[in-house]
Amino acid sequence: MAYYIGRRLLLMIPTLIVISFIIFVIIQLPPGDYLESYVAELESQGESVDPAQIAALRHQYGLDEPFLIQYTTWATGMLHGDFGYSFEYGLPVTDVVGDRLFLTVIVSLFTIVFTWLIAFPIGMYTATHQYSWGDYGLTLLGFLGLATPNFLLALVMLYFANVTFGISIGGLMDPEYLDAQWSWDKLMSILQHLWIPVIVIGTSGTAAMIRRLRANLLDELHKPYVVTARAKGVPPFRLLVKYPLRVSLNFFVADVGSMLPSIISGAEIVAVVLSLPTTGPILISALQSQDMYLAGSFLMFLALLTVIGVLVSDIALALLDPRIRLEGGRM
Amino acid sequence: MSFTLWPGQTLALVGESGSGKTVTAQAILGILPTNARITGGQILFTPPNRQTVDIAQLSPKSRDMHDIRGNQISIIFQEPMVSLSPMHSIGNQISEAIRLHRDIPKSEEKKLTIEMLELAGFAHPEQAFNAYPFELSGGLRQRAMIAMALICHPSLLIADEPTTALDVTVQAQILHLIKSLQSKLEMAVLLITHDLGVVANMADEMVVMYHGEVMESGSSQALFRTPQHPYLKGLFSAVPHFDMKPGERLKPLREIKHESKPFRHDAPAREKAAVSAEPHLSIRNLCKGYTARKQSWFNREPKQTTKAVQDLSLDIAVGESFGLVGESGCGKTTLSKLLMGAIKPDSGSITYNARGSQFDMSTLQGEALRAFRRHIGMVFQDPHGALNPRMTILNILREPMIIHNLGNEATQRKRAEDLLALVGLSSRFLNRYPHSLSGGQRQRVSIARALALEPELLILDEPVSALDVSVQAQVLNLLKDLQQELGITYIFISHNIAVVDYIADRIGVMCRGRLVEVGHREQILRQPAHPYTQALMAAIPYPDLDRTLDFKLITESNYSDPACWPAPFGHALDQHTQWKQIADAHLVRVAEAEMGA
Repeated sequence: MAYYIGRRLLLMIPTLIVISFIIFVIIQLPPGDYLESYVAELESQGESVDPAQIAALRHQYGLDEPFLIQYTTWATGMLHGDFGYSFEYGLPVTDVVGDRLFLTVIVSLFTIVFTWLIAFPIGMYTATHQYSWGDYGLTLLGFLGLATPNFLLALVMLYFANVTFGISIGGLMDPEYLDAQWSWDKLMSILQHLWIPVIVIGTSGTAAMIRRLRANLLDELHKPYVVTARAKGVPPFRLLVKYPLRVSLNFFVADVGSMLPSIISGAEIVAVVLSLPTTGPILISALQSQDMYLAGSFLMFLALLTVIGVLVSDIALALLDPRIRLEGGRM
Repeated sequence: MSFTLWPGQTLALVGESGSGKTVTAQAILGILPTNARITGGQILFTPPNRQTVDIAQLSPKSRDMHDIRGNQISIIFQEPMVSLSPMHSIGNQISEAIRLHRDIPKSEEKKLTIEMLELAGFAHPEQAFNAYPFELSGGLRQRAMIAMALICHPSLLIADEPTTALDVTVQAQILHLIKSLQSKLEMAVLLITHDLGVVANMADEMVVMYHGEVMESGSSQALFRTPQHPYLKGLFSAVPHFDMKPGERLKPLREIKHESKPFRHDAPAREKAAVSAEPHLSIRNLCKGYTARKQSWFNREPKQTTKAVQDLSLDIAVGESFGLVGESGCGKTTLSKLLMGAIKPDSGSITYNARGSQFDMSTLQGEALRAFRRHIGMVFQDPHGALNPRMTILNILREPMIIHNLGNEATQRKRAEDLLALVGLSSRFLNRYPHSLSGGQRQRVSIARALALEPELLILDEPVSALDVSVQAQVLNLLKDLQQELGITYIFISHNIAVVDYIADRIGVMCRGRLVEVGHREQILRQPAHPYTQALMAAIPYPDLDRTLDFKLITESNYSDPACWPAPFGHALDQHTQWKQIADAHLVRVAEAEMGA
């Protein structure tokens, strides 16, 4: 097992190198660079630009270097925590991202936990009470959640929170904490604001998971080993949790890998609507204005999450399912 | 229905599938499916030293019922492959039963479980405790099931087709195990089976069921000697046995009529050309090994190769029916895959004679191989898995014709109808899906599909071992007739010598990837020379009270280990062996050293 994990960790290195290269190619693909769009914007406002100054800037940022050298500079820089310079904000990327990254992680984690807490009991109920009124009712709710676009749900909740409760639920904290140092009060304020984005972002994921858990459980519930366990005298709830649920967990664990990035990227438009200080809005604007280092670092961050997520889910699968762990002989 | 089972006795519930045997068992255990209810009657159960309870009155969810289940009454199922949870270790699943019913410390639990595993015949019970079901063979899994059922020393064991999914030799071992544990633990056994041979060896009393009703019941002595009901008599005559006269047919309960005219046209021509010609299939020194998946990148140990087929040479004549016998894992299926060209041999050659033109199968590739596949048809063991559940019968039968571009939609449809008639099914089945067919009907569709391209060679891999006796008799008769009418060459693979005997002209016995004995069926059956062949024959339960199994012979000798065979047959794994002719066309494999002496 340790050997397996070690090998997988080593394999992450070439994977990430390849990903970083592809990302760099992609963000370089649109014609021109940030300075060109910057010049175009200035000119459209009727200001004149000194070509010498632009050239100097271009040289300063290394934008006139050949492609491979630019890539190497960026990639090696990332290794010691230098993610490059954001042209749009005029700050190093790390300063722009900073807290936002942390807040993104918090929102995502809470969303995942929320999804699980809701989806599991409902999924188990609907599977064991197939075709009952409860099943139909919850299924209807699930489909509603699945079909409603996240940003729409966000707008609706914004409106009602404002009209009925008279509170503003945009943002992740009360305005006075925005630039304040981290403190207990700030954290509490974040937790108070957190539930709206968590519900909004988590709803569709929850609905999808309920459906899949139900389908997987239904497949397992009638397998002979379940009858064996019943014949052994195992009480119903314990039976459900120990046998079919355990077996149907596989899909769910295998899903963790894709869950992290999809929650983070799926949350971006919601973050714009709710004006959350997470990373999503920055990524979108960075992509629009060709702020290449900022965008690249974000994409790299998403890629890293995906790779880690897949690793975590593979290890968890091996721990959970002896067939995966032991097939092909004991280690 | 009513019956009484006394402590310590064995009662057999006999009947075809769908006769209500399993539902009876489920009712006793209170694990009926949710859409079934007990509408009336009593199930009186008296545990030793306790009050009689009426299980029919107890709610399946009640505390008393949970206490009875797995503790007083327990059950073993037919499919050892799927009846154990794949995610939990054997030890965990077995000790769960004691944990639920006995209040004892954990260390004691483990000790009892290991003792039980040992009792169930595990050579290394400690190892087995931590093993997972998929690491064990079918026979060992069934032993684990038995250990699990008996861990609380129930007073009643329900055995629901406990050996149907197993090889005959393993079946004999499991039956022996159940019988010896029964006398050791003094429990009653309710044996559910369709195999009268098993009944003859196990039961004191028997109840014959058909469509949920009892046809006949009484002591097995009375029922075997003088069966009264025509249904029971029918069951008896459906079992293939060794004393059948040449030309004698099995009598299934319901005969099937089939129509082979549209397919007969070229049969006589082939017969003429065939008999004198070259062998239909000529196999020379065929080898195929499987390598265990390598464990690591850095540490390249010598790979462990399992030789599934070793140095196998065989000629099969045109129009012949060749039976291949052996236990699971002996390489029969690998051989059939090699013959189909589904996998490539490591060495050796297979030459196929298609009416004069020779094909070397190991060199065929791409388009040539695809075109060649028309010559060979294949029927698989599991009729449930062999047909795509999302295709109608029509599409299943048309698929081979579509692949080989034969005819248009209308002619293909016509042909599909003819094919169904060929296997005795009416054309109204065309638009149905496989799930609405019974096991026997599915297997007939499978045969029809294999015949769709008019192959000259049909490989039948255990085609009847998943079927009930009477359905088995139907399918066997059908196969036999088809062969005579169409003049096809058969390779018939089975672990049951009696079945092979019914179909085959010549029989080959396989053990550990080698053919150990080849001869005409008379020779193999009357004078089996090889100890392995003898063991296979001894393991078949006869539906005859005077010829019960000699359990000692099967359980104590290592019949499948070449090192344990007596001279001149015994040999070490790497030792060379060769054929010895003991009669005309009757060959036996012996160790090479012995030949010099």
